[in-house]
This record gives sequence, structure tokens and C-alpha cells, in this order.
Amino acid sequence: MLNSLLVVALVAIIAWLGAAIGLGSLFGVVLPYVAIVVFLGGVVWRMVWWAKSPVPFAIPTTGGQEKSLDFIKQAQWDCPDTTLGVVKRMFLEVFLFRSLFRNVNAEIKQDDPVNGGPRLIYYSSKWLWVFALLFHYCFFIVFFRHFRFFVDPVPGCVSFMEMIDGFLQIGAPRFYLTGGLLLVAVLFLIGRRLVNPRVRYISLTQDYFPLFLILGIVVSGIAMRYFLKTDITQVKAFVMGLVHFNPISADGIDPIFFVHVCLVSTLLIYFPFSKLTHMAGIFFSPTRNLPCNTRRVRHVNPWNPPKDFLTYPEYEDLYREAMAGANLPLDKPLEAETKQKSGE
Amino acid sequence: MAKLPTPQELVANRPAFPAEAWLETKPKFVPGSYCYPAKKETMEALHMPHPHEWDPAADDWQLPENWEKILCDAFEDRLKKHRSLKLFMDICVRCGACADKCQFFLGTNDPKNMPVLRAELLRSLYRRDYSMLGKILGKKIGARSWDYQTVKELFFYAYQCTECRRCSLFCPYGIDTAEITAIVRELLHEVGLGLHWIMDPVKNCSYTGNHLGIKPHSYVEIVEMLADDCEDIVGVRPKTPFNERGHEILFICPSGDVFADPGIYTFMGYLILFNELDLDYTLSTYASEGGNFGSFVSFNMAKKLNAKMYEEAQRLGCKWILGGECGHMWRVINQYMDTYNGPTPSNMTTPVSPYTGTVFKNAASTKMVHIAEFEADLIRHNKLKLDPSRNDDLICTWHDSCNPARGMGLLDEPRYVLKHVVNHFYEMPENTIREQTFCCGAGSGLNTEEIMELRMRSGMPRGNALRYVQQKYGVNRMACCCAIDRATLPPLADYWAPGVTISGLTELVANALVCKGEHKRTVNLRQEDLPHLDEEEPEGNEGE
Amino acid sequence: MYNSKAVIAGIVAFLVICTSPFWANFGSGDYKKPEVVLPKKPECIESAEFMRAEHMQLLNEWRDQALRHDNRQYVSSTGKKWEISLQNTCMKCHNDYEQFCDKCHVTNNVDPYCWTCHILPKGSK
Repeated sequence: MLNSLLVVALVAIIAWLGAAIGLGSLFGVVLPYVAIVVFLGGVVWRMVWWAKSPVPFAIPTTGGQEKSLDFIKQAQWDCPDTTLGVVKRMFLEVFLFRSLFRNVNAEIKQDDPVNGGPRLIYYSSKWLWVFALLFHYCFFIVFFRHFRFFVDPVPGCVSFMEMIDGFLQIGAPRFYLTGGLLLVAVLFLIGRRLVNPRVRYISLTQDYFPLFLILGIVVSGIAMRYFLKTDITQVKAFVMGLVHFNPISADGIDPIFFVHVCLVSTLLIYFPFSKLTHMAGIFFSPTRNLPCNTRRVRHVNPWNPPKDFLTYPEYEDLYREAMAGANLPLDKPLEAETKQKSGE
Repeated sequence: MAKLPTPQELVANRPAFPAEAWLETKPKFVPGSYCYPAKKETMEALHMPHPHEWDPAADDWQLPENWEKILCDAFEDRLKKHRSLKLFMDICVRCGACADKCQFFLGTNDPKNMPVLRAELLRSLYRRDYSMLGKILGKKIGARSWDYQTVKELFFYAYQCTECRRCSLFCPYGIDTAEITAIVRELLHEVGLGLHWIMDPVKNCSYTGNHLGIKPHSYVEIVEMLADDCEDIVGVRPKTPFNERGHEILFICPSGDVFADPGIYTFMGYLILFNELDLDYTLSTYASEGGNFGSFVSFNMAKKLNAKMYEEAQRLGCKWILGGECGHMWRVINQYMDTYNGPTPSNMTTPVSPYTGTVFKNAASTKMVHIAEFEADLIRHNKLKLDPSRNDDLICTWHDSCNPARGMGLLDEPRYVLKHVVNHFYEMPENTIREQTFCCGAGSGLNTEEIMELRMRSGMPRGNALRYVQQKYGVNRMACCCAIDRATLPPLADYWAPGVTISGLTELVANALVCKGEHKRTVNLRQEDLPHLDEEEPEGNEGE
Repeated sequence: MYNSKAVIAGIVAFLVICTSPFWANFGSGDYKKPEVVLPKKPECIESAEFMRAEHMQLLNEWRDQALRHDNRQYVSSTGKKWEISLQNTCMKCHNDYEQFCDKCHVTNNVDPYCWTCHILPKGSK
């Protein structure tokens, strides 16, 4: 946990110092380009690596009633049997975190007075779902808002999003809700890893690292916007240089900008080699993206080995006498066999 | 078998999380914590790799000399074969949503029984070989090398998972621990590690057609005996067609139903129902096993044991197969059978109910229908004369077995049937039924006596839910459609909710079924007195 | 590669979305940093660097001082006293709204709400 915090802090400090001694173009130009190439290449490579292995069996988790008889109501969202149904199921998973929404907490009472013994009680527990949704959507909106730096003139949808996001009209520059909520969500996600003993036990360095990294990004972004300040006209000119592949000098931009950019770049580089690939992975998940029609449509396994089993003739050979004794019909009658033998 | 602690003790003595990180802790192989290993002869007979004698409690498991290479190569091979494995190794974010969804974790409080850590045991090995950072940073980021202890740990926890898929339902990415457990078990088999309780049935099934190793003549004998019992109870002797050609339907059920109490009552139920319908069907001594312990071993072993079904349907010229009440059998049939051994033989056609004309379009390719679907359809079309009051001594609840629930979606068909054959039906709490059902805690080959305490632990959530409805509604019967359940739930109920008995669905159907030409029924299939006997008697006398 | 159609479609979608900052601009030509027309009078209340980064906060503060605390006097960092007034102080020199304020605000998509109370200066719609 501390390791990851240190690494993130180190990245930020290096970027700060680097920018301060005039290496702005290294952290502002070279690093982002490298990061984007690594990110795009890495994620594509990861998807290809997954795709190189087949899906030998159709193993959807049936999350409700299957489609069977006419009078039995199918759970269309959780047990879809058509491609369209699967698209709906995936939509729920990707955009609304359907599975996480099911979450319940199981609590074991050692001695329940009502029960006269141990008792297991289940509580609906939607906090993880709420904050996970909040985190992902805020992250997306914050990213989307940044298009005001990538595009000129700024498209109406971005302005609209900014208007909604800043509707409270607090302060100047106006406070964006999503930025604040993103911070809250990240802190919740870090907090539950530290406080919940189970999650704490399973958490690894690579669980804390991206959280701290994103925390760093959010904090540096908020700091830049509201507190430390930089000349954003210069920043936009600089960023537009980047997206036009025509980078300009980084002079006149506060180091906090490079800290922010450097942390984002780190995240992009780290992304394809980490659990963050769940972004692409969810689409590949065979327990979710296959229709629950496995008795109606045959799924083909490309490496299906040849059949190898005890065939009926072999079985009959093993038990012919006993089978004859039990008056079971035989493919090769006992008499014929004994006759053959005696004939020889 | 050691004496079991009381439920209170069992819950109270769950240890706290260890102070050390999970990479530092190792499982202790004490009697009762592990299942007995497969015998060398069994493994040899099945041509399994590296058959050998070994003892889980011993330090040395007698692995082959190059075991590490074998395992690494096998792991690589599985990664190439299963996209799911690659994906599940890569995308887990360790959010912990799966943690308290596992009945083994709830019952043992062993952190490595949280599905996420169970997978992490393999993921840590994956990290070393398939990620740059893992190679460099090692333990700091949860990567580790294969060593003897790791193999033991994988074995320990791969056999504390019933592949029930409850965690996969709650996982935001659908990571399926059943898939991981199945593959870990495959890997362990590469170095000759397997369970007696699994491999023995597999061997039996390979050579005799069923897990119990019942030879053809004995199989016939047992079924005839059950048919005799049916005659005593109903007054009509059901037909028992064996290995006959030219019937429309081949009926296959788990062999546990032929052999073990209370499964036999379900089997008698099949016989009575089919006889009443005058169903054009045959049983087979060759394909006399619906269950598939091969699916607890490896995908190829599951395929091997499953192959007999289509082979026999082809030989006997049956148009479709009717499947009995079994859990993992239906996971295999629903999601694997067609892929393993399809396409179906040319003589088979899309199943059509001979009585209602219902076309089972949902089984168009596999051509295999679940008996609960078949019965629900019959009842819907009023083809069965039912007297549910014969089950009035029973206050029922329904246990969704894990495989039909989350690997098939068979939820409402059995309920539909049940509600028509019993008058008293109560659901268990909503987080313990339907797709969220808790399994019996001893599926996937873990229903052995030597781990009884572990089974009671993993069965706690189910037992707890059962106790709840027992106290609230007076439930005294839990019905289910799984042969393993019928074997594992009775001790579980005795422990957690004493007084509740277990039965299959068709047993209750046959109790309620009014047959043509039956004599006055005085006992149910268990030869217990029927309820309302006193009240009905004068009425009956007058009527007849 | 298996399921290549779906996978390639996915890869393309991913690349298109993630490179959008680069192509969203396509065809709009090179970007030029806006050149503001500076007023003739050389002296502002604070330094140019400070004003570039902080003017919005300063204006907010001025609004609060003038309207909520009835304080119309601002002492700059150099000690000089200025009247707190958008119309009478700021806009006396920065009198070309389009060529000054709007230049940066438009390109950076900033939509100040000064003009919900104040009358828009001449030369603007």
C-alpha cells in the first residue's frame, strides 16, 4: 500500500522537478506520445492475446429463468437466449454494473435469540455499486470535459456538459461536481480497501497503485484548476500542438500541469499491463457475452478431441453372459458366440 | 469419522484471519480437512498421467521428478485452450464482491476460500510467467514460483470448491471460479493427484456405464425390485424396458437414483409416471448414468463419460433423450454435451411431447429434455390426474441445485410442478434461492464422509435458510432435483435443521399421481401412511 | 485469432474512441493561440501573470467585497489603492470585450456569468 503511494508521489515529484528545471517538453511532449502509443498498442495487444485462445465451451452464467416452455416467464435480461438479448445484458453490465448491483452482505450471528442458534443474515449492500458507478461515470465526464483543450472550436456537447457539471455556480473558476465526486469516489475505493478487513486482506500493491495514481491525477487537476493556477490559454495552445502533431514550447506553463500530464501518462502506460484491462475484458467474458441457448444451438469447440470411450460393442463384450442371464437384448447373441467358439 | 461439533461450536470456532499475508500461509493437512487420494490402480485403469500412491498428510507427495515443468506446460496449454482462463487471470480487480458469496468461506472463514483468493492462488503463478512486472517484482506484487507447497495449496483449495458458480453471478466481470477450479483440478491430474471419491466413480462409469459400478444384471435386478415396490404401493406394476430398440425416448437418470435412499423413491416416481403415461421409452444399462464425475476431473473425461448417451440413443434408434433429476448432469448436458459429442446422431429429432404436442424448441440441438420441463408441460395441459392432498403431511420448500440454477436456468419449471403436487409450499429467503441459491456444499465430488465437518461448514448457508423456513412455516421436506443433493442434504438437514427430510421432485409427483387401475393408496412411496386416511375411509367405502 | 470479426470490430471501436482527441479536430486547420488586443495604458491592478491566472477569482472576491461587505477599496500587492468596480476600474481600460475577454474565453470554453447582472459592454451581442 505504502509502496504504491510512494511510487505515485515519486512520479509526481520527478515531473515537478523536471518541469521546474526546464524539461517541460520531455514530460509534456515525449512522455504523452509514448504513453498513448503504449496504451493503444498495449490494449490492442492484450485483446489479441485473449482472442488467440478460443472459447471452447458456452458457459454463460444463467442469472434467471431460462427460455423454455411458453407459460414459463423467461428472465430476459439475466438469461437472454438471443444475440439481441445478450447485447441488452452486456449493456446492463457495462453501463449499469448489473452484477455488482446484486451485491448482498452476509453476516453470521453466532447466537441468534430468535433462531436459538447460529444464523446467517443477508443485507442488501449497494455501496460498492454506487461508488463504482460514480467513479466510472465521473471519470468519463471529466475526461470528456477535457475536450475543450483538444478541439477548437469547442463543440456544443462539451459546453453543455460543462454547464450541467458546473450548475451550482460555486466560485470562479466554477466548481465542477464531477471533479469533486470523483475525488470522493476514489477516496471511498481506497478507504474500503483499508477499512474492510476482507478487502484489505486480498488487496495487492497493484490494487492500490492505480487508485493512488488516479487520486494523484484528480488532486493535481483540482489543484491546477482551483488553487495553483496556470495560464490555460497557454495550456490549450500547448495541447493543441500535441494533438496536431506539432508540439510547441512548454514555456510559461506551471509545473503542476506537467505533474498532471505525467501522472496521466503513467496511468496510460500502466493500463494494458494491469487489471485495468477489465475495461476491454468485460466484453470478452464468456459467462456474460454468450446467449443462454446452449441446448438449442450447438457451440463448436475448435480443439474438440476425438471421441474415446467404452463403446457399446465393447461393453457388451465385457458383460455378455451376465446380460444374457438377465434377459437383456444383445446385439451379438450369446449362442452365436459360443457356437462360433465351439465351431472353431 | 470424528465427532462433529455442535452448530454453535462450529460457527464459533471459525478462526480469525491469519496475521500473515496470504502468500505466507500454508494449509494444514489434518485428517478431516482433505479427501482421500485416488488409488493407483484406478488411475492406471483410466490411463491417467503419473498414477502413484500418495498421502495428502505426508510431506512428500511422490510427484514425478519434472513436476514443475509438467505443470507449467499444462498451464500454458490450458491458457491456449481457454480464453476464459486468460481473461479471468487478467481482469480481476479484487473488489471483493465475491468474498462472502462462497459457502466455503462463510463456513470456514478461511480467506483462501474467498473466490478471489482461490483464483489468486493460480493467478500468482500466472503473474510470474506471464507478466513482466511479476518477473521483476515477484512477491511484492503477489507473484510467486511453483513449489511443492504451492501444489499442495492448489490441491487443498481446488477441493474446497463445489464449482457452484455463485460467485460468478455476483462478479462484475463474470469471473467464474468453477472454470478456474476445474482447470486447477486438470493441472493437478497431470501430476497424478486426484480424489478417490471422484476417480472411483469415474472408473466405474467408464467400465460399467454408471458411477456405482452396477453391472447390467444387477442394474436390472434393482430396478425390478423397485418396480415390485411400486406395485405394492400403487397396485399396478410399471413396465421396466431395458436396452430395447425402436422406442421414441431414451431415459437417462443419475445412477444414484437407482441405488441410494432417498433417490430410489424418485426413481420409483419415474417408473410410475412413465407407466401411467404409457411412455414409449427404454432404459439402458449401458448409458445408465446421467451424472458425470468426469466433469470433476477434466473436460476430456467429462466428454468420455458423456459420449455414451448419444451412442446409445443412436444404437437404440431413439428420437430424443429424457433426462432425470440431477444437477451437474444438467450442467454438462446443457452447456457441454452438444459441444463434446454433438452433433446428435441422425436418427434423433427435436423433442416433442407425445401427449401435449409441445415442441421443446429450447432443446432443438441437444435433443435432451429435463424431466421437470416434461412434467410441467404435462401438468399445464392437464394430462396428469393429481391429488396433491396425498402430500398433505409435507410442508415443502424447494432447493435450487447450483448447476440447474446457474448453469441452465431451470428455476420455475420444478416450482410449477411442485406447486401442483403439494398443497404446502414455502420459499426459503430470497438470497438463498433461484439464481442466488447456495449449493449443498458437497457437490463436484466432495460428498465424502471423511470431510463431514467441512461439508457441514460449507452447508451452513443452505442449512441456515432451511432452518429459517422450518421454524417459520414448519417445513419438513426439502425437495430438489439433484442426485448429489439427495445424498448430501440428509446429513446436512440432520445437522442444521433436524426433522427435515429430502426428496426428489418426481417422488412427490408420483405420490400425488392418480393412476389408472390403482388400488386404494394407503402409503406413499416411502411406505409411510398417507395423510387424511381416517377422514377419507368412510367416504371411500361409500363411493366404491 | 478466434471470433475475429467481433474482436476486430471491438479493436477498431476502441482505437477510434481513444484517439478521438487527435481526430476530433480533423479539418479545422492549425490552432493559433488567441491574440488579445491589449489596452494602451500599461498599468493594471496586478501583474499580467497574476491576472492571467487569477482574474476570475479576483473578480469573484471583488463582487463579494462590493456587494456583500460594502467595501469599494482594493489594495494591490504594490500597495496602490483601486476602486472595486468592474465598470469603472476594469473596463475603463479593457473596453473591448470581443477583442479582449472573449478571445480566451471562447477558445477555452469559459462562460463567465458576469453578464447575468452587468450590462454587456458595447460591441457585443
